[in-house]
Amino acid sequence: MKKIFALFMAVVLVGITMTACSTNTKSSTGSTTTSEVTGSITAAGSSALAPLVQVAADNFQQLNPKASVNVSAGGSGTGLTQVANKSIDIGNSDVTAESKLTADQAATLKDHQICAIGVAAVVNSDVTVTNLSKQQLSDIFTGKITNWNQVGGADEAITLISRPESSGTRALFKQYALDNAVESSNTALSSDDSGTLETNIASTKGSIGYLAFSYLVGKYDVKKMSIDGVAPTLENVYNGSYPVWGTEHMYTNGDATGVTKAFLDYMGTDTFQTQMENLGYNVISKMTTAAGKH
Amino acid sequence: MICLIEKLKKEYLGRSIVTLLGIVIILVTLSITGFLFYKGLGTFVTYNHSVWEFLFSSDWKPADNFDGGGKVGAAIFIVGSLLISFLALLIATPFSIASAVFMTEISPILGKKLLQPAIGIFVGIPSVVYGWVGLTVLVPAIAHVFNLPYGFSVLAGGIVLALMIFPTITSVSVDAIENVDNGYKEASYALGTTRWQYIYKVMLPSATSGILTGVILGLARAFGEALAVAMVIGKMQTFPDNILSATNNMTAEIASDMGNSAQGGEFNDALWSMALLLLIISFIFILIMRIIAKKGEEVK
Repeated sequence: MKKIFALFMAVVLVGITMTACSTNTKSSTGSTTTSEVTGSITAAGSSALAPLVQVAADNFQQLNPKASVNVSAGGSGTGLTQVANKSIDIGNSDVTAESKLTADQAATLKDHQICAIGVAAVVNSDVTVTNLSKQQLSDIFTGKITNWNQVGGADEAITLISRPESSGTRALFKQYALDNAVESSNTALSSDDSGTLETNIASTKGSIGYLAFSYLVGKYDVKKMSIDGVAPTLENVYNGSYPVWGTEHMYTNGDATGVTKAFLDYMGTDTFQTQMENLGYNVISKMTTAAGKH
Repeated sequence: MICLIEKLKKEYLGRSIVTLLGIVIILVTLSITGFLFYKGLGTFVTYNHSVWEFLFSSDWKPADNFDGGGKVGAAIFIVGSLLISFLALLIATPFSIASAVFMTEISPILGKKLLQPAIGIFVGIPSVVYGWVGLTVLVPAIAHVFNLPYGFSVLAGGIVLALMIFPTITSVSVDAIENVDNGYKEASYALGTTRWQYIYKVMLPSATSGILTGVILGLARAFGEALAVAMVIGKMQTFPDNILSATNNMTAEIASDMGNSAQGGEFNDALWSMALLLLIISFIFILIMRIIAKKGEEVK
């Protein structure tokens, strides 16, 4: 029995040393051969951007079999902080680095703007209203309007479903749809992520919330709401008539080099931009001047 | 020489491995505690908020940057956590004690063959599944039964948590009851008590300290559970009017905003302070458990 135990411990110990060795070699090859498109980088941050970056990473790895791009979400704050202290290569964020980091930290980061994301107000499918003015929308989210019959719908209580205070989608919606009106958080339910929010809107009668366009491609169970008569579509974001959208930021610490640069370049290619639109993201280079800067 | 190596192997190898692993665990515990204190005190040291504000104000608007100047009143989350955990306890404890009594005294065969494996399954279900079932079954059901626009509520959180802490309380209670001296039982029957009289008047009172330990262990688990509760309480930033209103709690708030807020900023530090508070509360629970266990020993 003792012998078996000793043997077991020996195997475990050898195992531990071997794995330690193999991770070492892996990371050293990764950092020494970055001049070609070989090596491994990590991108983390915004969960609105993560699905797109993941698709880009899959394609990129097929084109460059020796390169690997690891994508994780974690939130804009995580992306910004980790790229600032160099623990990741690309930090994805819905908001600018200046708004969350100290001036010193933000100064070291370089912003790569590749896509933009629109945000639409969405409602449960039983809501008959299909268009709201910006004023009505603010009144609903600040708790001044509490019944759909006040905006031309049926007599039904409005249930607000929002995202957490720190959410990038919430920040965009607040700035461009509500003109920075302070939402009434003490009457709003909250969902941690957009997927849960969609489920909650779909199952709660009379509810209203907001989702990024990327959640509104393919099949979804909620109804989109026009704002001031303008439908939330990619085209309307391009031509400047739909106001609720924001630039997505992909930050690198200093200039992008090696795999990071190749990857960001790939995301800017025409082939990938078509795919980007199919996934519900706006291509930043196609923005008209009428749309302005967000 | 060979003898010495033999002796080293036989005696010291195993002992040093065990000691080493034990020390590692102690170090991990200490460093987690140290780290939580370091991060959690930022709100009060770096951003100059008072502990009073944090504990008793309900004005929660921390600034998500390094300038500070927001409001960090966490009272809504603290009350939410307390309320939901105690409600869960209130629901789970009667079921747990009943199951424990059933398994040990009333029908040990059925209990051991059926109930115990079932409870084992309860423990194995991941919390996200409890949360998801709560979200898709319980929440709409509550809305339907009470005729509400939505079912996200303290009640939903309490029921989901009750299911999750039920196995903890039950298994600790079973141990406590099994530890009751068999002599008590024989003496009781010799005095002519019925089985129920024995359970009610002798067995449960002498297992009280063990059962209480289980209850507090369940409470601690309820307090720390984040995912499942977060999915069903609605996370509305307000004190609940009654058990059918939505509210928020500490773990849900930490999970919602930790990733999106900038590390080291006021918002992030305020969340760390909440994590520290959770740790302190669980320390208090452990302390209470120790005191109860000690009292139980003394009685014996």
